[in-house]
Amino acid sequence: MLESGNRTFHRKKITIIFFLCAFVLLLLFFRLVYLMIAKADYYAAKAVELHERERSIKAARGRILDCNGNVIADNKTVCTISVIHSQIEDKEEVIAVLCRELGLSEEYVRARVEKFSAIERIKSNVDKETGDRIREYDLAGVKVDEDYKRYYPYGSLASKVLGFTGSDNQGIIGLEVIYDKYLEGEKGTILTVTDARGIEVEAAGESRIEPVNGNDLHLSMDMNIQSYATQLAYQAMETKQAESVSIIVMNPQNGEILAMVNVPEFDLNNPYTLSEEFLIGAGVSSGDANDLSAEDTQNLLNAMWRNGCINDTYEPGSTFKIITAAAGLESGVVTPDSNFSCPGFIVVEDRRIRCHKVGGHGAEDFVHATMNSCNPVFITVGLRMGAETFYNYFEQFGLLKKTGVDLPGEAGTIMHKLENIGEVELATISFGQSFQITPIQLLTTAASIVNGGRRITPHFGVKITDADGNLIETLEYPVTEGIVSEETSATMREILELVVAEGGGKNAYIEGVRIGGKTATSQTLPRGSGKYIASFVGFAPADNPQVIAIAIINHPQGQYYGGMIAAPIVRQLFENILPYLEIMDYNENGALETPEN
Amino acid sequence: MVANRRKKQRQSEYFFDYSLLFIVLFLLGFGLVMLYSTSSYEAAQDYGSSTYFLEKQLKATILGLAAMMVVANIPYHFWEKFYGLGYIASVVLLLLIIPFGHESGGAKRWFRIGGLSIQPSEIAKLCMILFLAVMICKMGKGIRSWKGFIAVILMPLPVVLMVWKITSNLSSAIIIMGIAVLMVFVASPDYKKFVLMGVVGAAGVALVVFLIVNAASADGLNYRGERVLAWLDPEAYVSDTGYQTLQALYAIGSGGIWGKGLGQSMQKLGFIPEAQNDMIFSIICEELGLFGAVAIILMFVMLIWRLMVIANNAPDLFGALLVVGVMGHMAIQVILNIAVVTNTIPNTGISLPFISYGGTAVLFQLAEIGLVLNVAKRIQLKEV
Repeated sequence: MLESGNRTFHRKKITIIFFLCAFVLLLLFFRLVYLMIAKADYYAAKAVELHERERSIKAARGRILDCNGNVIADNKTVCTISVIHSQIEDKEEVIAVLCRELGLSEEYVRARVEKFSAIERIKSNVDKETGDRIREYDLAGVKVDEDYKRYYPYGSLASKVLGFTGSDNQGIIGLEVIYDKYLEGEKGTILTVTDARGIEVEAAGESRIEPVNGNDLHLSMDMNIQSYATQLAYQAMETKQAESVSIIVMNPQNGEILAMVNVPEFDLNNPYTLSEEFLIGAGVSSGDANDLSAEDTQNLLNAMWRNGCINDTYEPGSTFKIITAAAGLESGVVTPDSNFSCPGFIVVEDRRIRCHKVGGHGAEDFVHATMNSCNPVFITVGLRMGAETFYNYFEQFGLLKKTGVDLPGEAGTIMHKLENIGEVELATISFGQSFQITPIQLLTTAASIVNGGRRITPHFGVKITDADGNLIETLEYPVTEGIVSEETSATMREILELVVAEGGGKNAYIEGVRIGGKTATSQTLPRGSGKYIASFVGFAPADNPQVIAIAIINHPQGQYYGGMIAAPIVRQLFENILPYLEIMDYNENGALETPEN
Repeated sequence: MVANRRKKQRQSEYFFDYSLLFIVLFLLGFGLVMLYSTSSYEAAQDYGSSTYFLEKQLKATILGLAAMMVVANIPYHFWEKFYGLGYIASVVLLLLIIPFGHESGGAKRWFRIGGLSIQPSEIAKLCMILFLAVMICKMGKGIRSWKGFIAVILMPLPVVLMVWKITSNLSSAIIIMGIAVLMVFVASPDYKKFVLMGVVGAAGVALVVFLIVNAASADGLNYRGERVLAWLDPEAYVSDTGYQTLQALYAIGSGGIWGKGLGQSMQKLGFIPEAQNDMIFSIICEELGLFGAVAIILMFVMLIWRLMVIANNAPDLFGALLVVGVMGHMAIQVILNIAVVTNTIPNTGISLPFISYGGTAVLFQLAEIGLVLNVAKRIQLKEV
């Protein structure tokens, strides 16, 4: 019954079907060509990204060493705990163990364990012992990777100078930031190929890019001097109940800083813990410290980490007379023999500016005026120069620029504009008031005046070496020659030596050593608050300065004259470090007995 | 001697399509190699034996080859009288899925009898080819009228709807419907109706896509709606619907021109779930590259070409329609599978004939080839 014929139109239609199908398959062929040639690289890259698990290997951060080769910033082994989502077998146990061992909240751990990602970091900088314990649980999907953590063997010494590092081993403050590019090294990576569950495909092997360890940084800082200066600073802070004490010790010939102390310091190994002594200084009781808001805590931490020598400015007061004197001598408006008379005050325009000695110093030459730190004489010198000349010397001495010290966040000079300097402003500038500079700026300028007129750049970094001590780079710093003449410089050294030998700086005198220096006592703003800053700049030997130091005591209680409280600090410092630096036997009198001994 | 002459005469008079047989055997052999390559890693992980899927498929293939040889030797007119029974059997089997079906991967599509799982929709495809071939021949010229045309189009609809709704297997439903349309197309001398159908169908598809895309918020859509959105932008639906498609694209793209080499696929390591099923073509692309993919496409073109030749030379319309049904079945499935894998159309589960994993499918596909081989045998060479 079904024998009806297979007709021509049937055949035609069957042929049409075939060509229709062949045509569609041809279109699909073009689609494949597009996907497998035009888009091949795109999809292949995506696929590789999916198959490869990448783990980074931390590079060991370079060490920091002092001038004697003592390691002051080192690395110790710590662990990073991560989870690989697709390998986890017992999710709840993983969460429970990690919470218990790492002391983290369950919510935090759960969010990370349950996150669908290739690899998720739970916590870094975990103690090696804790890491080993977690490894012993042998939990599937939990990875314990060892890496390095910064460790500071000297604890709080030079904390504000050295700085510390964050969880990714990057510098946060201090030298660790400035020299990050030398210290950090290059991360390495381990690439493994895995299946969809995250199980490594062994045949594919792993490719490993080795990390490049960071280089070592060698400092001019001497931890012996730093340590002694810190002791002196703490002593002064306690006896004078001061808010803070800063000491900088520098080589005035080349700007190498031997010590920089800002007490209270903080513990570099626990930089995020507010220290007890800092809290007392900041007026926060330890009870309040526990319920500070995150923002307050951060503000307090930033204050604690602040390096007063670099980051803060102050009115230098009489120590600035070194600069006024040098400018006066250089400009020729005054000679050491110029005679002056001090009645105890001077009238500038309508103001009567008093000398610190109420009765006046009477007749005196410029040398004695400096020894007496006589304000009317320095005002006269300033007025003789006039604003423009004085301002030009400011510029010539480098006071208007930053010193370029190798620490972050150096504050600039806060100075009147030239057109705003009237007689009264000029008068106050002359004895170091009405403008602000940083301690490092004052010390650098003073050093440049007494070293023969070479404006040096203060610095810590001396050279970069690899871990084996092979030299990579010697760090160089700019020097500006001739900011004052050699003659003016020599005169200044003589006058400043007399200040210590016979004048206001006599408390810094050490028998048998030629020491130059200048004291200062400045009242902080607002005037009349009863808060003072006592300071002293000293250098030795006076005829060929090899070491220069500044001591600044902020807000001392009781006696507040720089000559009384700051000068003795520098004396004690020099008594100890001059023999150590082998400068002591310079004097013809031979080696000196240290007074204490 | 007489017997000998007779035998010779028969051999020269009748035709056995060895080309078709070899194409099918090649596809089967190639399919088993690729199936092993694709499934061994997952099989070892999940079942502890890398040949788990290969063994099952090999059994079904041997069974299928046996079925093919048997069917190839039964005159195809023998099946004529079973057309009604086949239709009813399809309906009954599909209905039995409701109480007895075995659920796997969120869909009830299988019966489990002993260690074997049987997919009734595969049986329904073969039964529908037989049924329609018989019905069209019975109608004779009646097919040329609108009434006859619509009657033939409506006949497979109950089965199509059951396959779609009961086994939630849209792709098999589309294939059965597609086979029916192609068979009617061949039987009817008319073109206008089919052009019209094509235009209306294309417009309908365009409208549906347009509506889904405009129903911006995907949460109001069922999962087929989402599949359309995932089709248009698979990378935006990585976490769910677009995942499989995107993984297939990664596999295809990373194959390049020459491929990574047999066995070197990365995507089969669990990135494409159950890659040995519907997505096996993407692994072929990854391992053998564009070159291998084109070779396979050409094999399928040759298969369809052989089927065309046989259909064109079939001794009668019934035989021709049977072959056209098989040809439609193979062609639609190959085209849809490759289109899905390359994300040319929205993702819907369609396997690649002779290559994808699936015992019932390969068994019935081989039975269909057996049927075609028997039609081929009836071709009288004198007439060719």
